Amino acid sequence: MSYMFDSSEILQTINMIDRQHLDVRTVTMGISVLDCADESMERCCTKLYDKICRTAGSLVSVGCSIEREFGIPIVNKRISVSPIALVAAACREENYTPLAKTLDRAAKETGVNFIGGFSALAHKGCTVSDLRLINSIPEALTETELVCSSVNVASTRAGINMDAVALMGRIIKQTAERDPMGCAKLVVFANAVEDNPFMAGAFHGVGEPESVINVGVSGPGVVAHALKECAGQPFDVVAETVKKTAFKITRMGQLVAQEASKRLKVPFGVVDLSLAPTPAIGDSVAEILEIMGLEKCGTHGTTAALALLNDAVKKGGVMASSHVGGLSGAFIPVSEDAGMISAVEAGVLCMDKLEAMTCVCSVGLDMIAVPGDTTAATVSAIIADEAAIGMVNNKTTAVRIIPAKGKKVGDTVSFGGLLGAAPVMPLHGESSEEFIARGGRIPAPLHSLKN
Amino acid sequence: MKAIVSVFAKDSKGITAFVTGKLAEKEINILDISQTLMQGYFAMIMLVDLADCTMNFDELAEYLKTQGEGRELAIHIQRQDIFEAMHRI
Repeated sequence: MSYMFDSSEILQTINMIDRQHLDVRTVTMGISVLDCADESMERCCTKLYDKICRTAGSLVSVGCSIEREFGIPIVNKRISVSPIALVAAACREENYTPLAKTLDRAAKETGVNFIGGFSALAHKGCTVSDLRLINSIPEALTETELVCSSVNVASTRAGINMDAVALMGRIIKQTAERDPMGCAKLVVFANAVEDNPFMAGAFHGVGEPESVINVGVSGPGVVAHALKECAGQPFDVVAETVKKTAFKITRMGQLVAQEASKRLKVPFGVVDLSLAPTPAIGDSVAEILEIMGLEKCGTHGTTAALALLNDAVKKGGVMASSHVGGLSGAFIPVSEDAGMISAVEAGVLCMDKLEAMTCVCSVGLDMIAVPGDTTAATVSAIIADEAAIGMVNNKTTAVRIIPAKGKKVGDTVSFGGLLGAAPVMPLHGESSEEFIARGGRIPAPLHSLKN
Repeated sequence: MKAIVSVFAKDSKGITAFVTGKLAEKEINILDISQTLMQGYFAMIMLVDLADCTMNFDELAEYLKTQGEGRELAIHIQRQDIFEAMHRI
């Protein structure tokens, strides 16, 4: 049957793109680089560079042509690779920075704006290679521009590797000492997913095919706009409205994903149904919560509002795509969301409330600046709390935190671009030193006797 | 390939003639057309067939954009698939 157009549908789509910041947030190509392993670091780097450039050579140009033909912005084109700790395990070198530099060069050559996968999976314990990678992070992230790093320190099945948690607290502090921007490219996970297209946590999981296209959609502005139309209505109407909107956003993501997959001759993996905010006014997850009737994001009711939003986004999106995955849900990165920034500055949104919100959002404590004198043990304890939420609730949680060198509560750290600017948030001053010093492993939780 | 051409502008005489003329010049066939006035603003949407078009998609998009700018018209062309995907199951 031929297409009969309806001008109101077309105007709605054009309005979503032009006025409500609708975009495809990222087309991410996952590439397995496990076959690049080599005893010689130099040879490993050469293989890595060649494989990435060969596989992703046309990613950016294809992304741009889809963008032009469909008239939908594709904000980021990115690459994720297999966890480098696995690839580098064959090398004898202690320092993995040369591999990060190679990834950086490959990212620049292919024209992508981030490459993820300087990663280690250490949820049950660290291999020698995991430790080498983790210890290389401060240097690797500050001597490269486009490389993102992630470390998985906990899972529902394995428990929390508290030795890795303690280590990551120190690594984050060391990275921050060199350059706070490094911390914006580093995320510590519990239950990390293998097909996440979003940075900084994207890596190409070991269960994934040779290469894959994953697409991350966005659209907080579109949801906010739709919810403004149902002021005073009961939550049933709110949930339905979010679902319908998420459906439309996801359909667009699915179309872009299929088209990119076809043109690049790389299989389609998943659409990640995420409401990813940007610092632009009108593209905020906090604003959606406020439209639901909260005076300011962070006040009582925020967790319930976010729970509804997160669930409705998934319900609406899941029917719109043949394969849904990644982190799917609502992101709550503080520095990347104008509404969150404003709520922190007003003193309404605090760390404890954010932690509660992460129980029902899609990921975790994201892009949060804390005072420069925060100890490594406190950073580790924040990671442990977040990992516990993920472990017990069988969900992905993450911490991307920036101890802002020389800054105190009330100051702002600016990252520029989509990463935005984060107001420095207060933390509890009491020590968690002895708690973190214990090390070992927190056992995996019981999955019966659920109360 | 089918595409949607959308034209937005302050209402004035001859917009339709101007845009359809430009499309005919490039061998583009108009399959369906709809126009409306919204608070003094002119909005026209056309479903077009690019099978015989003498330019490739990127050149055409750029051409229509620049031609439109000369007359203070916002002319966009997008593949029809995106609208169908978003609104039809």
